[in-house]
Amino acid sequence: MKLTLWTYEGPTHVGAMRVATAMKGLHYVLHAPQGDTYADLLFTMIERRSARPPVTYTTFQARDLGADTAGLFKKACREAVERFQPQAIIVGASCTAELIQDDPGGLAATMGLSIPVIPLDLPSYSRKENFGADETFLQIVRHLARPVARTDAITCNLLGATALGFRHRDDITEMTRMLADMGITVNVCAPFGATPADIARIGAAHFNVLLYPETGESAARYCEKTFGQKYTRITPIGVEATRDFLAEVSALSGLAVKTDETRLRQPWWSASVDSTYLTGKRVYLFGDATHVMAAARIARDEIGFEVVGMGCYNREFARAMRAFAKDYGVEALISDDYLEVEAAIAALSPELILGTQMERHIAKRLGIPCAVISSPVHVQDFPARYSPQMGYEGANVIFDTWVHPLVMGLEEHLLTMFREDFEFHDDAGASHHGGKHVERVAAPEPAAEDIQTDKNVPEVATEVAGPVMTAQTASEQTATAQVATGSDVLVWLAEAERELKKIPFFVRGKAKRNTERFAAEKGLREISVDTLYEAKAHYAR
Amino acid sequence: MTATVATGCKDTPVLRERGQREVFCGLTGIIWLHRKMQDAFFLVVGSRTCAHLLQSAAGVMIFAEPRFGTAILEEKDLAGLADANVELDREVARLLARRPDIRQLFLVGSCPSEVIKLDLARAAERINEAHGDRVRAYNYSGSGIETTFTQGEDACLAALVPALPATDARELLVVGALPDVVEDQMVALLAALGVGPVRILPAHRAAEASGVGPNTVFALTQPFLGDTHAALIRRGARYLPAAFPFGEEGTTLWLQAIATEFGVSAERFEAATAAPRARARKAIAAAAETLSGKSVFFFPDSQMEVSLARFLTRECGMTALEVGMPFLHQAIHSADLDLLPAGPVIAEGQDVDRQLERARAARADLTVCGLGLANPLEAEGMTTKWAIELVFSPVHFYEQAGDLAALFARPMRRRAMLRQHPNRLEAAE
Repeated sequence: MKLTLWTYEGPTHVGAMRVATAMKGLHYVLHAPQGDTYADLLFTMIERRSARPPVTYTTFQARDLGADTAGLFKKACREAVERFQPQAIIVGASCTAELIQDDPGGLAATMGLSIPVIPLDLPSYSRKENFGADETFLQIVRHLARPVARTDAITCNLLGATALGFRHRDDITEMTRMLADMGITVNVCAPFGATPADIARIGAAHFNVLLYPETGESAARYCEKTFGQKYTRITPIGVEATRDFLAEVSALSGLAVKTDETRLRQPWWSASVDSTYLTGKRVYLFGDATHVMAAARIARDEIGFEVVGMGCYNREFARAMRAFAKDYGVEALISDDYLEVEAAIAALSPELILGTQMERHIAKRLGIPCAVISSPVHVQDFPARYSPQMGYEGANVIFDTWVHPLVMGLEEHLLTMFREDFEFHDDAGASHHGGKHVERVAAPEPAAEDIQTDKNVPEVATEVAGPVMTAQTASEQTATAQVATGSDVLVWLAEAERELKKIPFFVRGKAKRNTERFAAEKGLREISVDTLYEAKAHYAR
Repeated sequence: MTATVATGCKDTPVLRERGQREVFCGLTGIIWLHRKMQDAFFLVVGSRTCAHLLQSAAGVMIFAEPRFGTAILEEKDLAGLADANVELDREVARLLARRPDIRQLFLVGSCPSEVIKLDLARAAERINEAHGDRVRAYNYSGSGIETTFTQGEDACLAALVPALPATDARELLVVGALPDVVEDQMVALLAALGVGPVRILPAHRAAEASGVGPNTVFALTQPFLGDTHAALIRRGARYLPAAFPFGEEGTTLWLQAIATEFGVSAERFEAATAAPRARARKAIAAAAETLSGKSVFFFPDSQMEVSLARFLTRECGMTALEVGMPFLHQAIHSADLDLLPAGPVIAEGQDVDRQLERARAARADLTVCGLGLANPLEAEGMTTKWAIELVFSPVHFYEQAGDLAALFARPMRRRAMLRQHPNRLEAAE
C-alpha cells in the first residue's frame, strides 16, 4: 500500500483507452464498475475530442456481484458490437473487474463474434498507464498484422502515437513531412488514426519509425522479429537529434538524407546575441524518460543551459535514464512521487524547470519559471495552433516555449541595476507575463538594536525528519535561515540574508546554493556577507 | 413565478433503465468535502484508478497539498488481507505524524476495497484506539459499485451522524455542504426569521459538531442526502420536507417549511424575505429572457435534476423533455416532483446509449449532461450545459438564483454570440 496524492500515470486500462481512442473502427469493451467512466472526460475535455471514446463499460454494481457479472459482460459486449459495428474489439478488465476474475477475454471468445476479439491482460495492481498503452498496441498488432508483401516504393510506419499524448497530433504531421522530403511515404501511422484493417498491412512497410518508445516499443520489437522491419532508435526532438534521426532513416532506407532546413530557425535564435543571457542557466528536467533525455540534449548542446538534475517517472526506462544522466554528471531521480521530485527541485534551486504539469505546479509554489515538455498533460497542452516537439518546427517551438517563462535578457540587466526601483523591482516578475503590477513595498529600515539581535540570535528552525516530507515543509525549508548539510548546520547571518535578497530573483537561488556549497566545503558554520562574495568569486566563470 | 400547474409529475410513471452509466462514483464528493471540513483528511483505500479519478475530477489540480489521498492497493495487499490491514495502519500512522492538524480522518472505501472486503469499519476502530486522543476516524464507501457522484457526500454525512452527541434541545439542523458564502446567507435568512439555534452538518471543524435528538428537526439543502436523512431519523430527528432552495420559489418554499415549524408569523416571514425575493426574481428574469420558451433534457448526474427542472420550468419558462436521475428518493424528491409540470419523461438509472438516442431525437434546446458527453453532443450540433458545474458553483438561495439561471443561459447565449460557431453554420445550411 502506498499513499499517493497526485499521480504521474493513470491505471493500465486508461493506457488501453488511449490506444483505442486514437484508432478508428476499434471498440473497447471494458469490464468496470460505475464511476470508471470518468476516463471519458480525459479525452472529451482535456483533448477536446468531439466524439466519445469508443469504450463500452459494463458498469456493474454491488448487487450484480452476487449475481451474474459474466452475463453482464457478454450482454454489454454483444450490444456494443451491434451498435458500433467495429472491425475488431479489444476486451479487458479495470482494476475492480480484475479482482472478480470473470475473464473477459475468455468470455468474449466463446460468443461467436464475427470480428477479431483481442483479449488484454493488464495487471492493474503492479503496472501503470504507459505499460497499458504499450501492451495494448502490441496485442492489437500481434492479433491483426498479417504477412504482406513490401510496398514497391520505400515506406515506413509511424509507431506509438496515441490519444492524449503530448503533442502527438503535430509530431505526426511534422515527421510525415520530413520523411516525405526524403521520398518516404508513411504506410501506416498507428495507433493514432489507424483502423484494424490498416494494422493488418503494417508489414508492408520497409522499416518502422518509433516515435514514442513509452507506448510503441513492444510493437516495434514485435514487427522487427515477425516482419524483419528495423526500427529507429533516435527520437527526433531537437536539431541535433533530428539530424541524427535523418541519418538513421537514411541508413535504414538506403536513401540519401534530403531535407529542407530553411524553416529551421532555432540555431540562429540560439546563437544571436540576444540569447547570450541564457548561457549557463541552471535547468532541472523531469517527465517521461524519452522527452527528458531529448530535452536535456537540447538544453545543454543547443541552448547552452547547465543541466543540474533530471529524472523520470516511468521505471521501465530507469536503466537508460540513469546511464544517460551519468553523461551529464548528474544522478537521475527515478520516482513517481511528486513530493520527492519537489524536494529534489527545492534542494537544487534551478533557474528553470522543464517538466510536466506536476512540475508546473511545483514551480509555481517555489517561484521558479517552468515549461512543460512531457505528459501528464493538461488542457493547455493541446493548443489550437500547430506546435510539434519533433523535427525542425519542433525545435523552433521548443526554443520559444522554454525561453518564454524567463525574464528577457535586457530586462535582466535592468533589474540587476535598478532592483531597488519602486516600480521596476524584481518582485514584479517578468514584464511580458500576465498579472497585475506589484508595487514595491518599502521595507522600513530596521532599528539598530534589531540588527544587533538578529546578528546574535540567528533564526533557528528544527529540521523536519521522517520518511515522507510534505510539499509544504519542502518548500518552507528553502526559506529557513538554517540549512542542514550532513551532520553540520549552516546558519545565514541576518546581514548576509539581507544581501542575498538584493540579488535579483532569477539568480538568487543559484547564489544561495553556491554559497551554501562553498561554506560547506570550507567547513563554515555561519554564512556572512563575506562568505557570500567569496563564494561568488570562487564560482566566477 | 408562474401559476401553479394543477398536475405535477408525482404520478408520472418512471422509466427505469439499467445499462452503461455515464456518471462519476461517490469518491468525487471528496473534492468539495475536503475543502468544507477544514480539519478532515479523506483517505481513499483503493487503486490507481481512484487516485486518477480524483486528480481528473479536480480538473485543474488543486495543488496545495490536498487533504485527501489514496492508499493504493498493490499486489501484496491483495494476496493477504492481514497484511493489508497492517499496511493501512502504517500509512495512517505516517499520515497523522505528518499532518498534526488532522482531527477527523475518513477512511473511504472504493470498488477494490469493497470487493476484497477490506473491513474499514474495523480499521477505523483500530485508529480510534491508537490515536483517539487527537483524531476521530470514520469510514464510508464512495465506491462506484455502491454510490454515484453526489452519494459520496451522503455516505460521508451519514457516517458522521451516529457519532454526533445526543441532545434534547429544540434545534434546527441544516444538512448539506454549501459554499461558505451561501451558508452565511442562509444563516442570516434564518436569523431574520427568528429561527434558532441553527446547527449545520457538516461542521467546519470537528469541535463545532452539532448534537441530535428527539427535538431536532432537520432540513436538507441538497437533494441527494437520502442515507443521511435515514440516519438522522434513526437518531429521533424529524425531517421537514420541502422543495429544495433553488431559485426564488424553491428558496421561499424551503424557508416556509421551516418558518411553519417554528411558528414564524406571516408578517415576519414577509419582512425577512420580501427584498431578497424581489432581487432574485429580477435576477432570474434577466437570464430567463434567453431560456424562456426553450426545451431542456437532463442526463442523470447529481440527483439535483428534478429540483433544477422544477426551477427551469416554473421560474425560467422552459419545457422539460426528459429528467434523468441516478435514482429517485420519494421522501426527498416528492415536493419538487409535485411541482414539476407534467410532460417530461422521468427516468431513473441509465443506459447511456439508449438515452443518447432519445436525446438526439428530442433535440432539446439545452441538454444537461456530464463532461464525457458534452463535447460529443456539441459536435453533433446540440447545446449543452455540463452538469458538474452545478455542483461546484454557489447556486442555492435567493442571492444565487440569478446565477443559477445564468449558468443554463450562458451556453445558449454563447452559441448565439459566436458568428463562426460550427453549430451555427450547420444550422444555417
